[in-house]
Amino acid sequence: MSSDSGLLLEVKDLKKSFPGVLALKGVSLTLGKGEVISLIGENGAGKSTLMKILAGVQPADSGDYYIDGQKVDFKNVREAMDLGIALIHQELNLAANLDLASNIFLGREPGSKGFINEQKLHTEATRHLKRVGLNLPSETIAGSLPIGKQQLVEIAKALSCNARVLIMDEPTSSLSQKETETLFEVVKGLRDEGISVIYISHRLGEVKELSDRVTVFRDGENAGELAKDEINHDNMVRLMVGRELSEFYDREIHKPGDCVLKASNVVSPTYPEVPVSIEVRAGEIVGIAGLVGAGRTELLQTFFGVTPSLGGELEVQGVRFSPRSPADAVHAGLALAPEDRKHHGLVLPMTVRENASLPSLERDQNMGILDHSKEKEIANVAVEQMKIKTPSIEQAARFLSGGNQQKIVLGKWLAMNPKLLMLDEPTRGIDIGAKREIYKLMEKLAGKGIAILFVSSEMEEVLGMADRVYVMHEGGISGELQKNQMSEESIMQLATGGSLEA
Amino acid sequence: MKKNVFGIFGLLVTVFVITAIADPNFLSAYNMQNTAKWSSLYGVMSIGVAFVIITGGIDLSIGSVVGLVAVVLSFFTKIQGLDPIVAIGLTLLMSVLIGLIHGLLITKAKLQPFVVTLCGLLIYRSLSRWLTDNQSLGPVPLEGDLGFENLEQILMLDFLFSGQIPIGDFFKLPTPALFLLVLAIAGSVFLRKTIWGRYLYALGNNEDGARYSGIDTDRMKIVAYVLCSFFAGIAGILFAFELGSVQPAQTGEFYELFAIAAAVLGGCSLRGGEGSILGVIIAAAVIRIIFNSINMVGISTHLEFGILGVVILLGVIGDEMLKKKMAERQVAASEKLAAELSEKSKNNENLD
Repeated sequence: MSSDSGLLLEVKDLKKSFPGVLALKGVSLTLGKGEVISLIGENGAGKSTLMKILAGVQPADSGDYYIDGQKVDFKNVREAMDLGIALIHQELNLAANLDLASNIFLGREPGSKGFINEQKLHTEATRHLKRVGLNLPSETIAGSLPIGKQQLVEIAKALSCNARVLIMDEPTSSLSQKETETLFEVVKGLRDEGISVIYISHRLGEVKELSDRVTVFRDGENAGELAKDEINHDNMVRLMVGRELSEFYDREIHKPGDCVLKASNVVSPTYPEVPVSIEVRAGEIVGIAGLVGAGRTELLQTFFGVTPSLGGELEVQGVRFSPRSPADAVHAGLALAPEDRKHHGLVLPMTVRENASLPSLERDQNMGILDHSKEKEIANVAVEQMKIKTPSIEQAARFLSGGNQQKIVLGKWLAMNPKLLMLDEPTRGIDIGAKREIYKLMEKLAGKGIAILFVSSEMEEVLGMADRVYVMHEGGISGELQKNQMSEESIMQLATGGSLEA
Repeated sequence: MKKNVFGIFGLLVTVFVITAIADPNFLSAYNMQNTAKWSSLYGVMSIGVAFVIITGGIDLSIGSVVGLVAVVLSFFTKIQGLDPIVAIGLTLLMSVLIGLIHGLLITKAKLQPFVVTLCGLLIYRSLSRWLTDNQSLGPVPLEGDLGFENLEQILMLDFLFSGQIPIGDFFKLPTPALFLLVLAIAGSVFLRKTIWGRYLYALGNNEDGARYSGIDTDRMKIVAYVLCSFFAGIAGILFAFELGSVQPAQTGEFYELFAIAAAVLGGCSLRGGEGSILGVIIAAAVIRIIFNSINMVGISTHLEFGILGVVILLGVIGDEMLKKKMAERQVAASEKLAAELSEKSKNNENLD
């Protein structure tokens, strides 16, 4: 079958499942020549999965692809690139020690018999660098460039492979305002050259500025389309969330109690020049916003004793606290649901029971002997309270979906009755049902007087859940916003190094 | 976990039956006593390395620790005339200190276990030779040996560590088997019933995950290395009494490889996080019986390491296949549940 609709790329009824979760339940996507579309959706809606499939990183379970109306098939990155589809990764993949030309042509060096034609390499590389607005010598070492320019090099690399479809996954998540503007100029220029772009972002302001059309995913399905003149904040959020926003982020403001965590001039090892001071009170939900790389994760890790503070003072409920290890932090009543669940949050090969009880074992021991019945009780309570979907508490955690894994992490900390619960990107890679339960739980815990501090890159999540937000920029707090001051614009302003008055 | 032990137990029975059929002398009381004795000596040593391997580490110094402990014990009792019980206490303390140093170097100085214990292997072996001027000596008086103080005590200890207790009319139980029994039970209880055992498995599977759960992973790793050296120390004492004469250059040489082989064949993964004491001691017995069988059946002894290598490879391959099957079963269970749940939510939507 061939559809003759003038579309460059068409995807039909794509399905993909992972152990324990249907990530894509039959999604479709169309892309015209020289069109910039944005793909939006909450964390776990299936955007990244689709992009990885399109770029040949993962195979789909079923579904059809058409390019220029012809049915095509590809099995790996190479074959996808031959068809003109290139993915610009969220994490940059340049070899830091090689120069730009070598990076652009890595694995495809011009030349013969194993010898590289250096002259051709550099003239070709320079040509592609110019297309993305980089007037740099092609001998520049990639690692010496700031992250925004490295990203442009990645795009040049894709162009050198004759890419016709560029997939950009959260390209601005670590860029400054100026870098973002440059990137947009480049994208618009490429569009005018007839290159099509699929743009994925959590920043709805950017989406509005850049897109000719918006496709919305929700929970692994198409949730709707917005034509250019329909693209506005309310329409996008409505389609993403599937209900009124106030219903999704069901917040009640509690009267904050005593100060639980007080950090005065704390210094994390990643940003040794920038001391940070913040405060979280009982019953409060405090957000930390900022760009990727702004030092948010490092700050939580310093509070949790993973990377001990290099200076300043920490207090927990007014008592001086200087954690040298997570064990110290746990003893002081802190808990952290880390960003990297698979490596830091859980011991994946162990069962739901063993994971849920791990921090409590020490408390529930009797002269070192495990209390098996207590352990089972903790696991069962976690499964029930958190609605963990698992065949049994003896199931290994690695066979559960991301959402259920995150619930185990939360379950294990709830069994410890923490004073402060820290969450780092609590809903990344999680389906919408589990997400809602996690928000409800945060609300419930705040109601019980637990202090909650969470880091999130998802704007709607910060706006919806936080009572108060600290915005970080290059390791420091660039501003604090009360509920009535919080907006996407004010947060982005602070996150990219601006000030509110400007 | 239990299923893993079935595999190695099956191998034990297979090797046992084949050898018994090939040469009925294998079943003679004398040979059985010998097999039990050597299996126990290797078993004690292998239990120790299992703790370390479960944390994802390795200890290459076991053989040299066995040698050094045997040498120092003999040196104390024979040359220094020290009270043998004090001597045993001091040598065990030495083995604990060795483990402590390994653990501190690995956790605090962040050196790789392979490097630390490889250096240990070299250092302890040369210490043994230097201390004795490379002359063989033993903790017990051999024939014509004079000048032993505390002879009575030594003979008593000799019985304790390498004696035989008659059971029925034909069979005499070698005392090392009792040591193995007690230590194996203690080791199993530690791993399965205490929080520290759980911590060892957790950190072996994912050290960061365990640390982020508030476990002092460095301390637990140190404990594992101390236990490993301590068990090597006990094995060293047993070997010293058993051999009677300790060769500083040879006693315990390559034993670390037997212990590691037994741990791996017994279900420990060198990636960490897996293994059981029962599996390891059964594997130690399998290895002893294979050696025994090669001798009895009349296969060239030049082939014995080759045969051992092939058996371990086959055992590990079989183990991997078994694990894959079990993982598939768990995935299937998860998928079934996911399908049911999505079915259910569809029905609910229809009702709405």
